[in-house]
Amino acid sequence: MDFRPFRSVNRPEGGVSQHSLVEHRKLIETVERRGFLRGAVSLGSLALLTGCDVSNDASIQKTLRLISEWNDRVQAFLFSPTRLAPTYSEAEVLNPPRFNAFYLKSQVKPVDIKSWKLELAGLVETRKSWTLDELNALPQVSQITRHVCVEGWDYIGKWSGIAFAEFLKRIGADTKAKYVTFKCYDGYSGTIDMASAMHPQTQLTLRYADQVLPDAYGFPVRIRIPTKLGYKTPKWITAIEVTNTYRGGYWEDRGYNFFGGI
Amino acid sequence: MSGHAKGPTRVVMVHPPLVRVVHWLNVIAIFIMVGSGWRIYDNVPIFHWLTFPIWLSIGGDPEITYRHNGDTGFSNALLWHFAAMWLLVLNGLVYLAYGIAAGRFRMKLFPLSPRAVLRDMIAAATFKLDHDDISKYNAVQKLLYLGVLCILALVVISGLAIWKPVQFWWLTNLLGGFQGARLVHFLCMSAIVAFVVIHVSLAILVPSTIKAMITGKARVPADTPPRAAE
Repeated sequence: MDFRPFRSVNRPEGGVSQHSLVEHRKLIETVERRGFLRGAVSLGSLALLTGCDVSNDASIQKTLRLISEWNDRVQAFLFSPTRLAPTYSEAEVLNPPRFNAFYLKSQVKPVDIKSWKLELAGLVETRKSWTLDELNALPQVSQITRHVCVEGWDYIGKWSGIAFAEFLKRIGADTKAKYVTFKCYDGYSGTIDMASAMHPQTQLTLRYADQVLPDAYGFPVRIRIPTKLGYKTPKWITAIEVTNTYRGGYWEDRGYNFFGGI
Repeated sequence: MSGHAKGPTRVVMVHPPLVRVVHWLNVIAIFIMVGSGWRIYDNVPIFHWLTFPIWLSIGGDPEITYRHNGDTGFSNALLWHFAAMWLLVLNGLVYLAYGIAAGRFRMKLFPLSPRAVLRDMIAAATFKLDHDDISKYNAVQKLLYLGVLCILALVVISGLAIWKPVQFWWLTNLLGGFQGARLVHFLCMSAIVAFVVIHVSLAILVPSTIKAMITGKARVPADTPPRAAE
């Protein structure tokens, strides 16, 4: 179950973007002074004890993220490569599904399919990139499963596409590698562990509710992993890399748990 | 209501060191779990009319956190919640093991009958409840302590159902699905917060109980059998 070095060299020390603290020292000090006044009545920031923002203190962040890495290991242990997520009936499918990204639905930049291709990198035998037509020509599978967001909302959806384990086999991926990393058209990225990538329900998704993925929901290709939280399943994918190096991801780099299993 | 015993008294150990350590560690664990839980809840409130003020919840200053993590403290709240859960669970297991093995539960929380609860409730409401011997819990106390122990077990179980609705899908189903488990988790939190309010208020009314939870010792009537005091 050892899927990641305990401390990756790619992981920033003491939290993300500490250098911006130095750059904006003046501004932050102003904010912190204001924070202290509010802290005088604040149980939450524990400001009475230290006079500063405990949660964002570098050593506290380091400790909390170390425990989060421990939780990655616990989750990898709890994860069963064969246990399937519960499935539901067609009648329960929410359509259209709930939108989510790190920006608003109105800010979605649709992928130009003429110039789009799915690129492969890392520990794969055939690095030839794929067009949407080529992906559509592969054997297709469907699932009706529950999407669970880390925020606490959920819905049942129907996703169709290529079984990801089959795809990895087809491209000659080294399935002994530790990670699969996804890069996306909108600048999003994400990394998952190989065990989850190989789970029978992990899917390279091309359709939602029997229709081609709408622009707002990841067209042309997203990954669907019913054993993981939503933020672990990037949309608008442009590149897939099989690697032993932990590359992080958009939310993972911002303190969200790496494993994100459910 | 003073908690000072009349007549001949002696000082006995009412809370052994292990119980005191576990109690105060639990205070820290509950504080972090509830505080961070409120910040997590606020992201997708179960009841639209209820959100918790950001300054009252744990997750850091919203402006600083936004600069670091791109959210107003949700990421930090999750980190706190999934760290303090270990303290809550491991500490709770130590307490349970000790309570059963050392016979503390049997001695302190039992016997307990509805009749005794009713009697002590009436006595408390009419300010006639006797606090001469704080080494012995009255029936209302026993009920509250037993109740909060069960609620703490349920808050952990429902937390597990929210954390792993696929790996423990049967547990999540048992609690009414993912949103059902969230509701159970929320109601347990509410019960725990209510308990804390009552518990702290009553402790302030009988301050010798606070001293006992710090020093372990309390002054009791001289005729109290030594075992009952432990």
